[in-house]
Amino acid sequence: MGLDSRPLSTLHEKASYEVADFEVPSGREEEWRFTPLRRLRGLHNGTAEPIGKVIVEVQAAPEVTVEIVGRDDERLGTAYVPADRVSAQAYASFTQATVVTVPKEAVASAPTVIRTRGEDGASGASYGHTTVILEPFAEATVVLSHRGSATYADNVEFVVGDGARLSVISLQDWADDAVHVSHQHAKLARDARFVSHNISLGGDVVRISPSVVYDAPGGDAELYGVYFADGGQHLEHRLLVDHVVPHCRSRVDYRGALQDDDAHAVWIGDVIIRAEAEGTDTYELNRNLVLTDGTRVDSVPNLEILTGEVAGAGHASASGRLDDEHLFYLQARGIPFDEARRMVVRGFLGQLIERIEVDEVREKVQEAIEAELDQGAAKR
Amino acid sequence: MATLEIRDLHVSVADGADGTKEILRGVDLTVKAGETHAIMGPNGSGKSTLAYAVAGHPKYDVTSGSVTLDGEDVLEMSVDERARAGLFLAMQYPVEVPGVSVSNFLRSAVTAVRGEAPKLREFSKEMKQALENLAIDPAFAQRSLNEGFSGGEKKRHEILQLEMLKPKIAVLDETDSGLDVDALKVVSEGVNRFSAAGDTGVLLITHYTRILRYVKPDFVHVFAGGRIVEEGGPELANVLENEGYEKYVKAGVS
Repeated sequence: MGLDSRPLSTLHEKASYEVADFEVPSGREEEWRFTPLRRLRGLHNGTAEPIGKVIVEVQAAPEVTVEIVGRDDERLGTAYVPADRVSAQAYASFTQATVVTVPKEAVASAPTVIRTRGEDGASGASYGHTTVILEPFAEATVVLSHRGSATYADNVEFVVGDGARLSVISLQDWADDAVHVSHQHAKLARDARFVSHNISLGGDVVRISPSVVYDAPGGDAELYGVYFADGGQHLEHRLLVDHVVPHCRSRVDYRGALQDDDAHAVWIGDVIIRAEAEGTDTYELNRNLVLTDGTRVDSVPNLEILTGEVAGAGHASASGRLDDEHLFYLQARGIPFDEARRMVVRGFLGQLIERIEVDEVREKVQEAIEAELDQGAAKR
Repeated sequence: MATLEIRDLHVSVADGADGTKEILRGVDLTVKAGETHAIMGPNGSGKSTLAYAVAGHPKYDVTSGSVTLDGEDVLEMSVDERARAGLFLAMQYPVEVPGVSVSNFLRSAVTAVRGEAPKLREFSKEMKQALENLAIDPAFAQRSLNEGFSGGEKKRHEILQLEMLKPKIAVLDETDSGLDVDALKVVSEGVNRFSAAGDTGVLLITHYTRILRYVKPDFVHVFAGGRIVEEGGPELANVLENEGYEKYVKAGVS
């Protein structure tokens, strides 16, 4: 077996439930090189004391079962094995997990909202685990809402059964001092459909790693993301879509805006089409709009194709300033500069925000974007 | 009576190296309400530069001269102030702005120019009428601004804005280029409606005489080498049609 048998982008990877199986990252590793380790408050090296306080509340649709379970529940960790040190630390450290089950053929009549609220950020770390199970042909929308101050690491598993449909909106609306490192892993059965929106707005360091793996043909995943990084904020999204079976589809579209000194956005988009995954149809895209000087964007799309029989495969990444020609056109119609700037940013992010199907969340995100723009305008 | 006065206008652009290149070399022109002026000239003569300099595009640096609208100093105004003062530039290559819908854009522009937000119902009615006048599919209003529009759709959309914003002076930069004859007629009718509707002046910049069969100019100016080298009435357009720009190109250079 040569290198061809294993994707290059996974050569460094290993999966384990044991923290000790992962070395403490130094920051030189491919998967850590963009992350400010010193600001993780010890989540990565075992020095974080698990004395933080994070409250999880669930508001469930009537068709949905919610259980708070202990570490020994056998459903936990079946879909996902931690792939890095912080993820393993979270897996080893959580005390309670939330299990959401949507029974076979049940169609949830309302979104199920899991609210995670940090009560004190600086004093200690908290760990969480969430498993969402959609039995065959079930349909549901789940909102993960993150607020308050916390140093929080968690793993979220989405197990989407045959023909089931799951829509997830994860809102990172943390207070300014929060640190959040999270893995969100979706495992898709035959003809399962998974749509995810990651909205990252608040927090000091937010590092989200959404991944998708297909268990059987016919799976369809759409991963969308919107982020707005302000001065000093580090917002990182690391996506992995692993096409291991034939005839699955994936779409990735992440867009961000950045403003003020040391706003840092990182986007890693790994898509693997393995030798067995004939007929794969994939496209991934990342765009960043840089609103001021002093910001930094790292955008790295990786598309690895190990079969010649793909239906479609592409990727694109573009980061740039607000386009002077856009602003000139709008201003030439009488629209003042600040309003013109808002229209362009709103338009750019709005194409993804409009896709959020939960009205309440969509409106909240729109308001939050306006507040970010107000903040930007006030400084100028 | 609106009057746009351009006096001894000199305009430069950065030439890629450290230096600048002078494009306009002393332009004098007065456009009054009720008048339609055509500016004609070969490629590279500076016609479009005149349009963009008057509109305030940051790429163009006015080095001397003056531009006033009803006595107000236009050059002191920002781009949006110029538009609100009553200047309009129909662009040759309108840019695409993703995610900003035509209706949202029009409403923002109308609100800015009129100084108050129009009532939603009245605005919808007005927009519907304007779309119909220019034979544009109503579904167009929900599309992203200029995104995926054909060349003809972009030009019609520029004229739609002209009709809705009702400026004092409209500058049309090669609005006729790239249009088939049907689209040209529709666009020309729009310009004529605009002219007929009020005390407005039109400055029509074009390379070809074709549009002048539909939009009748009162004055024709020939542009070459960054200045006006000849002026006359509509008959001058016929001379250009027959003889081309050769002799002016030489005159402009010398």
